[in-house]
Amino acid sequence: MSPITRRRLIRGGVAAVAAAGGVAIADRMAKRYGLIPPDSGGIYGPGETLTYACQRLLNVRTPAREFPRSMISEKPFANEAYPPGDEFKKLLAGGFKDWRLVVDGTVAHPMSLSLADLKTLPVRSQITEVACEEGWSYIAEWIGTPLGAVLREAGVLPQSRYVAYFSVDKVIWDSMDMADAWDAHTLLTMGMNDGDLPVGHGGPLRLRLPRQLGYKSVKYVNRITVTDNIKKFGKGKGSVSPDFGYAWYAGM
Amino acid sequence: MPAASSVQEKAKTARHAGVVRATHWLTFVAFMALLVTGGEIVISHPRFYWGEVGNVNMKPLFVLPIPASRDTVPTAYHYVMPDQNGWSRYLHFEAAWVAVLTGLVYGIYGLVSGHFRKNMIPERRDWSFGAYWARITRYLRRAPPDRAEETSYNVLQRSAYLVVIFVLFPLIIWTGLAMSPAFTASFPWTAALLGGRQSARTIHFFVSWLLLFFLIVHVIMVARSGFRRRMRSMITGYSRGSEEGQ
Repeated sequence: MSPITRRRLIRGGVAAVAAAGGVAIADRMAKRYGLIPPDSGGIYGPGETLTYACQRLLNVRTPAREFPRSMISEKPFANEAYPPGDEFKKLLAGGFKDWRLVVDGTVAHPMSLSLADLKTLPVRSQITEVACEEGWSYIAEWIGTPLGAVLREAGVLPQSRYVAYFSVDKVIWDSMDMADAWDAHTLLTMGMNDGDLPVGHGGPLRLRLPRQLGYKSVKYVNRITVTDNIKKFGKGKGSVSPDFGYAWYAGM
Repeated sequence: MPAASSVQEKAKTARHAGVVRATHWLTFVAFMALLVTGGEIVISHPRFYWGEVGNVNMKPLFVLPIPASRDTVPTAYHYVMPDQNGWSRYLHFEAAWVAVLTGLVYGIYGLVSGHFRKNMIPERRDWSFGAYWARITRYLRRAPPDRAEETSYNVLQRSAYLVVIFVLFPLIIWTGLAMSPAFTASFPWTAALLGGRQSARTIHFFVSWLLLFFLIVHVIMVARSGFRRRMRSMITGYSRGSEEGQ
C-alpha cells in the first residue's frame, strides 16, 4: 500500500468536490427537464433514473418503429387481462354503445366521449409491435384516435406534466409523461387488423404506447386524467406497476 | 502445484493498477447480478425465436427444458415457478448501468494509460500459430506458470481478455439495447442488423453463456496458478513472487 501523500489528498479532495458539484448540477437539470421518473426512490432509483433520463433525451421526437404489412403476425397472442367486473359485462352486452371515456384533470374542457365521438376525431392506423416484458412479442395493425387529438380538444393546461389513464377494472392504471402523450403513435385504439379491437386485446378501448413494453398499454381504458402532480395518484409512483414490483418506465 | 520459480524476487512487484483492480471487482459484482436476474427473467418465457417477433403461437427456435414462471407458457411441467420479474428487471438494468459505466472508465483508462497496448494486445513475437500452440500445449501438459507470467499475461490470456472486452461485452450491451422498444425507436438499425428483436434476445442469451463460460475458466485458471496469490495481487495490486500460492 502506498502512503497517503498530501498531493493525493488534495487531488482526492478536488475530485470529490467536482463530483458533488456535478451531481448537484445534474439533479437541477433533471428536475427542470423532467428526467426523474416517479419511482425514483429506493435502491433501484439510480438505475431507473439513468435509464429514463437517457431514453427521454434520446427519443423525445423519434417515433416508434413501424413495420410493413407483410410482417403482421398471423396469430397475435392475447395475454390474460385482469378480469373486468359486472360493469364491463353489461357494457359488453350493449355492444359498448354506453362506453364512456372521461377526460379530466388539468384541462380547459373536461369531456366524456363515446366511442362514436372518438371516431369523429382524426383516426389513424399504424403497424407496431407489442413487446411483453416476459420476452414475447407480435406485430399488428392498430386503428384509433391519437391521444394527442383528444388532448387538443380538451385543451391541456400549461402546468400539465403527466397523463394518467385508468382501466374499467379499477385496479390497473398507469401514466405517461407529456412527450409520450403528444407522440403521434400513442393511440386510443379501437380497431385491430381491420376489425374491432377484440376484448382479449383490450377492446373496446386500449391505450397503445408502442415505445414502451406491453404492460404500459392498458386495456379497457375509460378515464384519462391530465395532471401536474402524479404523486397524488395511487401510492405516488406513477402507476400500479411499482405496487407489483415493476418499473413505471417500461421503455427498456 | 504453484511455481517456486522466481525465488530471487523477494521484493513485492507491482502487478495490477488501481483502476484495473477497482473496475475488475465492480464488473464482477455487476456481472453476478446480471447473471442471476437475467436467468430469472428468462424463466418467464423460456422459449427463443429468430426474427422480429415470437410468442407461444409461433414456432420457437428452441425451448429450454425448464418450468416457466407464467401459466401462459406451455411447458412439460405441471407447475408454475414463482414470478420474480419485477425486482429482477429493476436490478438487471441497474447492474447494467454499473457494468457500462465501469467499462467506460476502464476503456478510457486502458487507452490513455497504454494498458491495452502494453498488457492486452499480444506481443509482436507471439503473433503466430506457433506461439498459441506452444501456450496451449503448456496448459495441456499442466506445466506451472513461467516467470514471465508473474508480471504479465501470456498470449492466450491476452486473446481471451481482448475477446471478452472488445467482442462479448459490446455484443451483450448491443443485444440488450436492441430489445428496448424506446431505444430501437431512436436507432432501428440496432435491431434490424441483428435480424430483429427476437434474434437480439436469442444472441443476448448465448453471449451471456459465453461470458459465464469465460468466468468459469478464468476462476479455474486462477485457482490452478495459485488462488490466494492471484487474489492478493488483484486486491492489493502487488504480487510476491517467492511465496507459495496455496
